Amino acid sequence: MKILIVDDFSTMRRIIKNLLRELGFNNTMEADDGSTALPMLKNGGFDFLVTDWNMPNMEGIDLLRAVRAEPSLKTLPVLMVTAEAKREQIVEAAQAGVNGYIVKPFTAETLKEKIDKIFERIEAP
Amino acid sequence: MGTDEENSALQLDLAKQLVRHLEAGQQDAAATVVRQLRIPYERDLFEELGKLTRDLHEALNSFRGDSRLIELTRDEIPDAKERLNYVVTMTEQATHRTLNAVDEAMPIAESLHDRSASLTEIWQRFRQRELSLDEFREFARALDNFFLASNEETEHLRSLMSEIMMAQDFQDLTGQIIRRVIRLVHEVEENLVGLVRLSSARMEVSKEAKPIASDTEAVATSHGPIVPNTHDVVADVVSGQDDVDALLSSLGF
Repeated sequence: MKILIVDDFSTMRRIIKNLLRELGFNNTMEADDGSTALPMLKNGGFDFLVTDWNMPNMEGIDLLRAVRAEPSLKTLPVLMVTAEAKREQIVEAAQAGVNGYIVKPFTAETLKEKIDKIFERIEAP
Repeated sequence: MGTDEENSALQLDLAKQLVRHLEAGQQDAAATVVRQLRIPYERDLFEELGKLTRDLHEALNSFRGDSRLIELTRDEIPDAKERLNYVVTMTEQATHRTLNAVDEAMPIAESLHDRSASLTEIWQRFRQRELSLDEFREFARALDNFFLASNEETEHLRSLMSEIMMAQDFQDLTGQIIRRVIRLVHEVEENLVGLVRLSSARMEVSKEAKPIASDTEAVATSHGPIVPNTHDVVADVVSGQDDVDALLSSLGF
């Protein structure tokens, strides 16, 4: 399971990376915004995307839309971990095809719960 | 130009009259002629003054219309102060959270270290066959206890370290808030430069075209963390993860 973590704050990337390692996901890579993440994703090999929303150059919501527009990435599970807390934004992300949405600050348990839920849904027929 | 020639002729005629009046010692008549001579120049002056007044009026009006200075000082700056106060609170909380975990972890680590050191000492004596049977029995009991306790205590240490790690999320959250305030400061600066330029033509034009740093560039859709006692609270925001989950489940998630 190869996971890409996208956040412009390196501190948050490290936190998410550590939490994922605790959950048994050791194969992670990092990108600092959507515009660096997208080429990495297009090169293939990623099974899961964790992304922030508020980032320079290319925001998480635009990355999500770009991922869904790309045939090879259309079904890639995307979990948003962001401080964006407006209802309309959550609806927007849902409409853009996000698989899970976590608001910061979050806990290790929340991350585990959402990841489990995403995989449950994918594995369910 | 006909009119220029007419004007010159008129002025020449007036000048001649002036000389005649002065030679004749007619001071009042001379003063009247001097006033008449001045008229064309005064008209230019008044026209110029009127134009300047209009320009100034228009510039002030357009500044008032374009500039967000009033709005910025009335709403945005108190809002930004509240945001920075919130950053202070958040960093304080994160530091306490970290230090509390360290306060809790340190005695556990020290106690584990001390007990393992004392057991090592007895173990050395056992290896050198210096332990009596009773002493060995006691040592075995102590080892049992130590294994049991260390299992629990190291797990406790792990969770405290995890707590310390999670406390570091403040850097991301406060960073987003501070970046927002930086954007505001930049905007205030631009508006102040506009005001200064308006009052002094010598303000260098090149400075206005200074590019905005990429990390403070206007962000299209994102907003950053919700800060209490600011404009954020009037927005329709979720109060936490439970709220998000409820909203998503209402959307069929």
